Amino acid sequence: MKTVEFREALREAMNEEMRRDESVFLIGEEVAEYNGAYKVSKGMLAEFGAKRVIDTPIAELGFAGIAVGAASNGLRPIVEFMTFNFSLVAIDQVINSAAKMLSMSGGQYSVPIVFRGPTASAGMLSSQHSQAFENWYANTPGLKVVVPSTPYDAKGLLKAAIRDNDPVIFMESEQMYGDKGEIPEGEYILPIGVADIKRAGTDVTIATFGKITKVALKAAEELEKEGISVEVVDLRTVRPIDYKTIIESVKKTNRLVVVEEAWPLASISSEIAYMVQKEAFDYLDAPVRRVTTADVPLPYAPTLIEASLPNVPKVVKAVKDVMYK
Amino acid sequence: MAKVAEKVEKKLKFTKEQYLTWYESMLLMRKFEEKTGQLYVQQKIKGFCHLYIGQEAIVAGTVSATKKGDKHITAYRDHAHPIALGLHPKYVMAEMYAKITGCSKGKGGSMHIFSKEHGFVGGHGIVGGQIPLGAGIAFAEKYNGTDNVCVCSMGDGAVRQGALHEAFNMAMTWKLPVIFVIENNNYAMGTSVERTSNVHDLWKLGLAYDMPAKPVDGMTAEAVHEAMEEAVARARRGEGPTLLEMKTYRYKGHSMSDAQTYRTKDEVKEYQAQDPIEKVLATLQKNKWIDDAGIEAIEAKVKALVDESVQFAEESPFPDPEELYHDVYMQKDYPYIIE
Repeated sequence: MKTVEFREALREAMNEEMRRDESVFLIGEEVAEYNGAYKVSKGMLAEFGAKRVIDTPIAELGFAGIAVGAASNGLRPIVEFMTFNFSLVAIDQVINSAAKMLSMSGGQYSVPIVFRGPTASAGMLSSQHSQAFENWYANTPGLKVVVPSTPYDAKGLLKAAIRDNDPVIFMESEQMYGDKGEIPEGEYILPIGVADIKRAGTDVTIATFGKITKVALKAAEELEKEGISVEVVDLRTVRPIDYKTIIESVKKTNRLVVVEEAWPLASISSEIAYMVQKEAFDYLDAPVRRVTTADVPLPYAPTLIEASLPNVPKVVKAVKDVMYK
Repeated sequence: MAKVAEKVEKKLKFTKEQYLTWYESMLLMRKFEEKTGQLYVQQKIKGFCHLYIGQEAIVAGTVSATKKGDKHITAYRDHAHPIALGLHPKYVMAEMYAKITGCSKGKGGSMHIFSKEHGFVGGHGIVGGQIPLGAGIAFAEKYNGTDNVCVCSMGDGAVRQGALHEAFNMAMTWKLPVIFVIENNNYAMGTSVERTSNVHDLWKLGLAYDMPAKPVDGMTAEAVHEAMEEAVARARRGEGPTLLEMKTYRYKGHSMSDAQTYRTKDEVKEYQAQDPIEKVLATLQKNKWIDDAGIEAIEAKVKALVDESVQFAEESPFPDPEELYHDVYMQKDYPYIIE
């Protein structure tokens, strides 16, 4: 094993796949000469050259569409969005082209493509740079949506995403790129659509994914001091969702809190709450609770951010609530 | 003297066989679309349906100036392109009938005709969405070092989309082998070109990106072919894209539900007087390359193809309900949420 930063894990995944398959290339704003806005693609231009590591103008709709067209014609693009906030100007090509082409051509044209970049909040960036759109993309059939929380998961899942023959949305975080974690020396791949139990427990299940998994794990540590045993299920993928792992955990703990860094309405947490009441109604000893971002655009002021985002005290309180403590 | 030489050259530019091919191909597009219109009125064909009648010279001249291996993409006025590229019209008709034998297995309909075998990449429903896709298809050809090009067609309405400008900019920067074709039939649905911008000469949009660009008589197969041939050669030489504004006209409404209150009947007649198919026929007749029996034979062949297409569509089954979960993902065991 070796210790690497999250950004290095992503870079290793891309480097290995680009060495393996000539049809894989990286395209996006500042990915080449600038070495990546967040240094994920550092050194890639030097290794692969300008043909395969491609700087674009600031034109997300255009370069997303060009990448989808290239994918439909046999290439395997990795599109980097500087953040998924900017993917909104490209979303027509993601939803109407990438996610639809296989179906509306009756299976003739597949679109093997990865759209990756950071999602959700990252400090005092105010409302347009702090949004979590995992549930938006997860809503769309034809896409797969991966949201890793550790360097280990990031590398294994990004390699799987690049090899996947369907379009994959791969969502990271500016606040995770510097996180360190252990990964194997050699090559490994993790399957898309399989959750991971990041911490075993017996009293309450917390289902979560992405950066906010760290908050859930910290809350679990706090709660352990008070004698409450929390199981943290990291979904890793929000389309498809590994319902089985969540439901099995709930059948064991009989209590569920969902922690998610998105707005509450029509979110991944509402979907999980629905599925758990449907499949495990008789196992629940308390209503399912969730901790999400507040139902407002994220403001700039630190006091308002604190009030808005999920944090350890909010998760601890939700867990205690489902235990009637 | 120079004038005579020019005349002779022009006469020799295209062969008898080329004119016969154009005539048969364009007549098939026309008769197929006329039948499509009738079947839509009968509600055998549903959904949205946009006919190509009047614009046939563009597709005919494009197909004759490109080769196998080249790719083609357009918006939702898309029945004629794949047929001219060689897809049997029965697969287009069956698609519009929503039958499993359709080219898109009854999942696309009139707006989403595809034929990978013939290099036809759709059939796209969001106005202008196909423009960056076309550039991307060309990107892949260049990346793979082929000499194939992509012909990316759009209507005059699509040129007002931002996607056009982003795609034009990158296609020129990266010298992608793509030919952008504006099928300017004067109306974006019911809104005339003049009402959508201060710039009415659409080919001029290429100038902002230093893209070679020009207007073309889109009602004449020869003119389309010549402009396309030049653009294709440029793309194959690695010199990048060209913008061709094909000045054309659609005789029918935007879609089948268009009352056409935005234009006069005289205007329609004016364009019908310069019908692209009649022009090709006139050339054939003037050179005595076809006689009445020859015309009848082509008409009979076209009619038989259209009839065969309708019969094939009528007799084909709808998709089984189990088809619902096919062709959404390449992954065969994708775990759909089934309530």
